[in-house]
Amino acid sequence: MTDMSTLSTFLTHIGLGHFLFISGMLFSLGIYGVVTRKNAVMVLMGIELILNSANINFVAFARYGNYGFHGQLAALFVIILAAAESAIALAIVLNIYKTFNNVNVDEIDKLRE
Amino acid sequence: MNQIPFIPIALIILVLPLIGFFFTLLFGKKIKQMYLFETGIITTALGLSIYMAFMKLMYYANEKIVSELTWIDLGSTKAFGKISVDLGMMIDNVTVLMLFVVCLISTLVHLFSIEYMKGDKRYNRYFSYLGIFTFSMLGIVFTHNMLMMYIFWELVGLSSYLLIGFWFEKKSASDASKKAFVVNRVGDFGMLAGILILFANYHTFTFDKVFAQISQGVLPFNSEFWLTAMGILLFCGAIGKSAQFPLHVWLPDAMEGPTPVSALIHAATMVAAGVYLTVRIFPLLTGDALLFIATIGAISSFIPATIALTQNDIKKVLAYSTISQLGYMVMALGVGAYAYGFFHLVTHAFFKAGLFLGSGSVIHAMHHEQDIRQMGGLKKKLPITYTTFLIFSLAISGIPLTSGFLSKDGILASAYAFGNLTGYKIFAISGFLVALMTAFYMFRLLILTFHGEPRNEEKYHHAHESPALMTMPLVLLAILSIFAFYTINPLSAQTGWVLKDWLKTPASVVPEHARYSFMVQKHDEKPEAAVKHEEAVAEKPAAESEHTIIHSEEYTEALHHAHYPAMFLSLAVAGLGILFAFIMYFWRKINADKLADSVKPLYKFSLNKWYFDEFYDFAFVNGTLLLSRFLAWFDSTIVDGIVNGSAVVTRQLSKLSGLFDTYVVDGLVNLSATLSGLLGIFTRKFQTGKVQTYIIMVVFSLVALLFILMNYGI
Repeated sequence: MTDMSTLSTFLTHIGLGHFLFISGMLFSLGIYGVVTRKNAVMVLMGIELILNSANINFVAFARYGNYGFHGQLAALFVIILAAAESAIALAIVLNIYKTFNNVNVDEIDKLRE
Repeated sequence: MNQIPFIPIALIILVLPLIGFFFTLLFGKKIKQMYLFETGIITTALGLSIYMAFMKLMYYANEKIVSELTWIDLGSTKAFGKISVDLGMMIDNVTVLMLFVVCLISTLVHLFSIEYMKGDKRYNRYFSYLGIFTFSMLGIVFTHNMLMMYIFWELVGLSSYLLIGFWFEKKSASDASKKAFVVNRVGDFGMLAGILILFANYHTFTFDKVFAQISQGVLPFNSEFWLTAMGILLFCGAIGKSAQFPLHVWLPDAMEGPTPVSALIHAATMVAAGVYLTVRIFPLLTGDALLFIATIGAISSFIPATIALTQNDIKKVLAYSTISQLGYMVMALGVGAYAYGFFHLVTHAFFKAGLFLGSGSVIHAMHHEQDIRQMGGLKKKLPITYTTFLIFSLAISGIPLTSGFLSKDGILASAYAFGNLTGYKIFAISGFLVALMTAFYMFRLLILTFHGEPRNEEKYHHAHESPALMTMPLVLLAILSIFAFYTINPLSAQTGWVLKDWLKTPASVVPEHARYSFMVQKHDEKPEAAVKHEEAVAEKPAAESEHTIIHSEEYTEALHHAHYPAMFLSLAVAGLGILFAFIMYFWRKINADKLADSVKPLYKFSLNKWYFDEFYDFAFVNGTLLLSRFLAWFDSTIVDGIVNGSAVVTRQLSKLSGLFDTYVVDGLVNLSATLSGLLGIFTRKFQTGKVQTYIIMVVFSLVALLFILMNYGI
C-alpha cells in the first residue's frame, strides 16, 4: 500500500524526488559518457553533465530544504568552476593532441609505465 | 748485636754485579770501555767482601747474622701457625769464606779476560755475562732459605748456559751449552722435588727453621725414610751442578766456553754451588743419605781421574780433574768431614782457577792450540806461567807446603778414620787411588806442556809470555796456594785458624739413631731450646749451642790415629804418581804408547771417557728420540686423525645444512617471492593506465562503499 501511495505521489506531485531523479539520471549519463567515450572532448562533456547534476541537487535541496539561497550560490560557484575547469581541461586536451596526435583516452595509457 | 752493618754491606755486594751486568749489557755496544766499569764494580765487591770477611772472622767468628723479611704471607692455619715465604740473608763463617772466594776469583777472571778476550766482537757482552754469573753465585752464597737458593741456582744455570755458549757460532759450543743446561735440569728436578717435600712438611723454606723442627722430631711424612729421601733429592741438585757421577757429562763439554769462564765455573761459581748446597743442608742429612753422598763422591772422584789419564786436550784434563776433586769434596761431606770438605772447596778454588787461567795463558800463547801433543818445551817461553802452573800442580797433587796438601790430606784422613770406624774402607781406598792418578795426570800434563822438546816448532816459535794482566792473577793465586794462609803448621790444618776457629761442623739435627754413630750432639742446652722452640726460631734463629758440634771421642781418636798413616800414604801415592809421570814422559824410560798398546781395551775405555756419552746417547737420547718418534706418530695419526675426522664430519654436516639452506630456507624465501610475483601479475591487470577504467573502479567502489555504509555503518 505504502509503495503504491508513494509511487502515485511521485507520479502526481512534482517534488524533491523528481529533481533528485533527474539529477541522478544526469549523473549516470555523465558517468556513462566519461567512461564510454573515447574522445577526450566527449569525456569532458560527460564531466559537465556530472557537475550539472550536482547543481540541480544544490538548487533542489535549497528549495525544499529551506536553506535560503545557499544552494543557488553553491550552484553558481560550480558553474564558474566548471567554466574554469573546462578551459584548463581543453588546454590539456590540446597538449595531449600535440603529444600523441590524437585525443583518444583509451590509447593514452602512459600512466601505466 | 754488632756494630758492623753486615747486612747492608752484603746487600751492596750482592747488587753490585747485577748493576754491572745491566749497565754493561745496555751500554756495551755504544761505549767501548764498559768492561772497565764491570771490572771496577767486581773489584769494589771484592774490596767490600774482604772487609766483611775480615771483620766477621776476626771479631764475630761465633755469630750468625740473619736478616729476613716476609715475601709472601700465606696466612695462618691452626695446625702450623703463621705460614710465610721469607726472603733473607744469612752470614756465617762459611758464607764469608765462600763470598771471598767467589769475589776474588771473579775479579781475577775479569782482569785475566781483559787481555784474553781482547778483540772479541762481543767483548762487553762477555763481561756483562760474567757479572750476572757472579751475581747468581753470590745469591746462593747469601741465601738463608731453600727457595732463594733454588732461584739463584737456576740463575747460575742460565748464566752458565750463556757463557759456555758464548761462541755460539761454533756448533760444538752451542751444543755444549745446551747439554750443560739440560743435564743440570735433570738434577734440578730432584732438587725441586726435595724442596717440595721440605715445604709440604715444614711449611717454611728457611734452613734454620727446618733444622729446628727436625731436631724437635718432626719428620717428613712421619718417617725417617722420607728424611733420607729428602736429603738425597736435595743433593740431586748438587749432583747436577757439581757434575757428580751420573750427571758429570756436561762439564768436559763445557770446555767449549772461553777459558777464563772455565776457571770461573770450575773454581768459584757453578760447581762450587753444589758443594755449597750440600754444606748448607748438611745438618739434615741422615746417615744413609750421607753414605749415598759419600758413594756418589767416591765414584765421581774415581771415574774422571781414570779418564783424565789419557786425555790430550789441556782443558779436558783439567775438567776431569775438577770433577774428580769435586768428588773428593762430596765424599768428604759424605763421610762427615764437613770442615775438610768445605776447606777443600776453598783451596781447590784457588789452585784450580790458577790451573785454568794458566792453561788459558798457554792457549793464548799458542794461538788457541789446546792439544798437549802440539806443545812441549814452553818452560823457557812462559816462565811465569810455568812456575805458577808447577805450584798449582803440586797443590792439586797434595805435596806438603801447599794448601792442597792440607785439605786433601784432611779428607783422606777422614775417609781413613771413617773406614776404621764403620767398616766402609772403600772410600779411603778409592781416595788414595785417586790421589795417585791425580799426581800422575797433573804431572803428565805439566811435563808434556812445558818440558821436553817443542813438538810444533812453528807454534813454539810464535809463543810468548802473556801480558802482566794475565800473569798477575796467576801469581796471586799461586801465593794463595801456599799453606801459610791457612795454618802455621805445614803438615796439618787441624790447628790452623781456618779449621780451629772458623769452620765448625754444625750439629746434625736428625734423630740420634739415624745418624752416624760418631756424630753426637752437645746435650746441655737442649731442653731449654725444646721448650721455647718457636720463639727461638723467630727471634734467634741460631742459638750458639745448635751451631757447634762435638764429634764423639772415638771419632776424634780415630781421626788422630788416621792422621799420620793417611799423611804418609797420601805422600807416598802422590810421590809415586809424580815419579811415574817423570819416568814415562820426562826420562821416557817407559814408552807411553807401548804401555797404552799393552792395555789397549783399558786405554780405549779411558780415552773414550768410559763411553758415558755414547751410553747416554744410546739410552736417553735415543730413548727420547724413539719416544718422540712414537709421540709424533701418535700425534700425526691419532690426534690428527681425530681432528681430521671431526673436520670431515663437520664438512658433511655443513654440506647438509647447506642443502637445507638452499632448498628449504631459500625455497621458502623464493616461494614467497614467487607468490608476491604472481600476486603482482594479478594486480597489475587492474593498473591499465586508462583513466576510464580507474573512473569505473572509483564509481563502483564508491557505490559499493555507500551501499555498505548505508546498510551496516552509520
